[in-house]
Amino acid sequence: MRRRTFAAGTAALGLAGIGCDRFKRRRHYGGEILGPSLELGHKVRDVQLPQPTAFEDIDVIIVGGGIAGLSAAWRFEGQGFKKYLLLELESQVGGTSRSGGNGISAYPWGAHYVPAPNRDNRALVRILQEVGAVESFTAQGDPIFTEQSMVRAPEERIFAAGQWWEGLYLRAGMTKEDDLQYKRFFNEVDAWVTWRDPQGRRAFTIPRSKCSDAPEPQALDRQSFKQWLDKRSFSSERLLWLLDYACRDDYGTRLESTSAWAGLFYFAARKLNPGEESRPIIAWPEGNGALVNHLKTICQERIRTGIAVSQILRVSPDSIQVSGFDAKSSTALGWKAKRVIFAGPQHLAQHVIPTLWTERPEGVTAFHVAPWMVANISLRERPKEAGMPLAWDNVLRDSDGLGYVVATHQSYRDHGPTVWTYYYPFTGLDDRAERSLLQGMDWQTCANLVLDDLRKAHPDLDRYVARVDIVQWGHAMVQPRPNFLFSEALRRAKEPHQGIHFAHTDLSGLALFEEAQDHGLRAAEEILTAFGIVSPTWR
Amino acid sequence: MADGKATMGAANNGNPRNEAAVPGPLLRVPLLFLTVFVIASCGLIYELVAGTLASYLLGDSVMQFSTVIGVYLSAMGLGSYLSRHLHKGLAQRFVDLELAVALVGGFSAPILFQAFAHTHAFRPLLYGLVAAIGTLVGLEIPLLMRILKPQVAFKDLIAQVLTLDYIGALAASILFPVLLMPKLGLVRTCLAFGMLNALVGLWSTHLLKPLLGNRKMLRLRCVVVLLLLGTGLAFAKTFTLMVEEEIYADEIVYAKDTDYQRVVITHGRGSFQLFLNGGLQFSSADEYRYHEALVHPAFSLKPGAKRILVCGGGDGLAVREILKHPGVEKITLVDLDPAMTTLAAKMPLLRELNKGALLDRRVEVVNQDAMVWLNEQRHLEPYDLAFIDFPDPHTYSVGKLYTTRFYKLLRRALAPDGITAIQSTSPLMARKSFWCINATVEAAGFQTRPYNLSVPSFGVWGFVLASPAPFDMPKTTLPDLRYLTDGTLAAMFAFPRDMDRLPTDINRLDNQVLVHLYAAEWKRWS
Repeated sequence: MRRRTFAAGTAALGLAGIGCDRFKRRRHYGGEILGPSLELGHKVRDVQLPQPTAFEDIDVIIVGGGIAGLSAAWRFEGQGFKKYLLLELESQVGGTSRSGGNGISAYPWGAHYVPAPNRDNRALVRILQEVGAVESFTAQGDPIFTEQSMVRAPEERIFAAGQWWEGLYLRAGMTKEDDLQYKRFFNEVDAWVTWRDPQGRRAFTIPRSKCSDAPEPQALDRQSFKQWLDKRSFSSERLLWLLDYACRDDYGTRLESTSAWAGLFYFAARKLNPGEESRPIIAWPEGNGALVNHLKTICQERIRTGIAVSQILRVSPDSIQVSGFDAKSSTALGWKAKRVIFAGPQHLAQHVIPTLWTERPEGVTAFHVAPWMVANISLRERPKEAGMPLAWDNVLRDSDGLGYVVATHQSYRDHGPTVWTYYYPFTGLDDRAERSLLQGMDWQTCANLVLDDLRKAHPDLDRYVARVDIVQWGHAMVQPRPNFLFSEALRRAKEPHQGIHFAHTDLSGLALFEEAQDHGLRAAEEILTAFGIVSPTWR
Repeated sequence: MADGKATMGAANNGNPRNEAAVPGPLLRVPLLFLTVFVIASCGLIYELVAGTLASYLLGDSVMQFSTVIGVYLSAMGLGSYLSRHLHKGLAQRFVDLELAVALVGGFSAPILFQAFAHTHAFRPLLYGLVAAIGTLVGLEIPLLMRILKPQVAFKDLIAQVLTLDYIGALAASILFPVLLMPKLGLVRTCLAFGMLNALVGLWSTHLLKPLLGNRKMLRLRCVVVLLLLGTGLAFAKTFTLMVEEEIYADEIVYAKDTDYQRVVITHGRGSFQLFLNGGLQFSSADEYRYHEALVHPAFSLKPGAKRILVCGGGDGLAVREILKHPGVEKITLVDLDPAMTTLAAKMPLLRELNKGALLDRRVEVVNQDAMVWLNEQRHLEPYDLAFIDFPDPHTYSVGKLYTTRFYKLLRRALAPDGITAIQSTSPLMARKSFWCINATVEAAGFQTRPYNLSVPSFGVWGFVLASPAPFDMPKTTLPDLRYLTDGTLAAMFAFPRDMDRLPTDINRLDNQVLVHLYAAEWKRWS
């Protein structure tokens, strides 16, 4: 009865024209694809760039200004070592951690948080302290983070069965069996949290370089996460969804294409003790762009952007010739460095270091990298909704996308315009094909994909959308597929090659901020040691 | 004019020329007299609705009723006068007239509510509508008398029509306050009587059959008008918030979805109430207790305070109390919703209650989320006193305003010996929530002195008095307050055993434990 009177009321509303808002035509929105600049990158691959005629002498060249390269520079600066230059292909540094902004808010273009580290992860604690996120330390030396640096509640919600629910694991409608399996899975995780090898190392910790390489954890890498779960009869649909989501979210892989080692790493690496809640999350409106901006201010004077490095070649035992091309002035530039840190991805290393290819041919095929699309959706207003309110992370269960993060969440703004950062990984097994698929998509196709997905949860979204800007990351995240993390190819890729040191998340097989930072510090410290500069490690 | 005179003449000498061309006992006279009764009731109802609505929305009921009645009666006179210009087809005119009264009168209340909420043309529209209804109603009786004249002796006609007219008015005047207002409310009473007018029209097509030509079209029109009003009635039930009306004890006189919240004002039993998203903010009957308790204890500790910050409190009632202290030089009021502060400054009902506080030149209104605002103030001249008057922490977006982070930002805006008073929900109904707020304020580096009092429309209510520096108990207060005396001031700081302190968690931005605590505690009382 009530429903009928309501229907009559609604009809009257339409007739009266008061409700004409809902019949308004969809508004148009703007937007563009903002990068990365494939053109220059592909020139390095496909075209013979002009060769420099003069070479400037310098101690160290860092190639690549993502987190790994910036961290190496940060380490040098911390040592007072300033005879280096950082070359970045893009017009701004940061790699997949970089950020953007508009009149509404700053927002991330990729990596957007770090889990609060414990005392063991000294490098991350150090940088968080520098950006003012650490308030004090406990008696045991664990950092206490400032309230405002941690994600404010509510942290996450999930859209399922037509409505939003608190948390990422859907508890509503859960059976007893679901609950049992959920607990059983986390018991398995806790067993690995407790596990130590004969040297006392943990199976899983961050950074990966501190993890045990004993046979037991290595055995996990020889199977997919799916096989590991099947062997233990995990069948709860909502548990498997959660684990698959974790793989997609952190690695750009699926249960079938993730190493079981990586699957467990996700859950076990951040716990100090069994039974512990997983670590709180530290985030900024601009995502990890906040850390990029901090690193940038430290080494600003020695950063050169818009420079494509076309060749790195050792010409004598103490001289490496770096050939570059400045896109702005269309001039060839050259340096002669004593050492080089190659802080770019492996696929690029193969192109610009000619001797690498012959020495490590397995490197070409060993690395699989997932492409990602990231969209920033600027909203004039927030869609009206009832129930569980907008959280920081908003996930749609029935979607290939990963949902969206709200940029204004960390600046306390709960009303008015906002920016949502939407993530979509291309998880197909043939990552090359996935890459061409993504790069073949024009702006409208990308925008449609994003909005079609979000309309499932926000049917009236269109009337609020002002812009949809897109970044297509061809090589976003290295994939920890089975039999890769302990492979010879990966082990060798980390080793210096003819005075060239390597730093990149590719070398961990895990695309995490902490891994990039660890490799950057390692490479920088390898060189400092080679130069005879002795100092305690930051790692 | 010649025609008009002739008609007048006809009416005077009993020699009909244009009307009642079909004489004889064809009309059912007693039933037609009954319609007089009905239309008289309807007419008075519209007048009462307009008068009540105006006094609810504009305040000053003597003025509103006087002007509405004046305009209405004079418009009836105008209508009666204009009736002389109607000559042909009086029966059909009468039916049309009923439909016109039905539409204009029936929709008058919903139109006026909408106009009040969404336009600045409330007064012109009010008097325009009252005049229109009066004019139309003024036409009714003369027209009906002329229709009946050939059937009834003039002296009987006058006697019967006027008798029923006045008795109809009496019935309406009794029904309206006793039954209609409490049961139906203004909008639906108005629409229902509009339907009654339209029914009279429909019925008249039957009663006046011999005088009417094509009745089909006429009846169709009646049905359309009835349907419109009926839809309006159904619409009123959902759109003007029947669901809400069941929640609110009194008549809703104002309801608006602003960009941030739903603002509802109800009126009844000599007082009015303001609700935000369904939560009572104050009742005009006892808000003085709440606002005196919020404001004056802090002033007691710092009687010379000059710079005052108010967060929330867009109703202007805390500012009214603050302005009682002559030393105040500057008040910054930070309230999220511009619609709320505008309403408090302009709506007569609210402006009277807050004594035009928001229009005082010392008051600066900032419409922003207080937390966003505080976070962005880096080089602020510190405030001597801060009054924190937010709604209860029933959502995360309000809950964040009760976190250590918020209180730390507040501390940054306060002078080192500044004082703040924080509304902290009920220590009786939500004991843990209250003490959680107190503990959170302490955790943010404040010394606290919690206190409580009874506000009948809320229950027992609590505040936290706090300062970054140690401070004494407040001892004296202003002399002419309604609730607070030096004695009641001291008494507020005592907590009975059932409201005494409990150990609680600290409400942090990254856990927001208070939102869950608050929801769980209040659930027991609803």
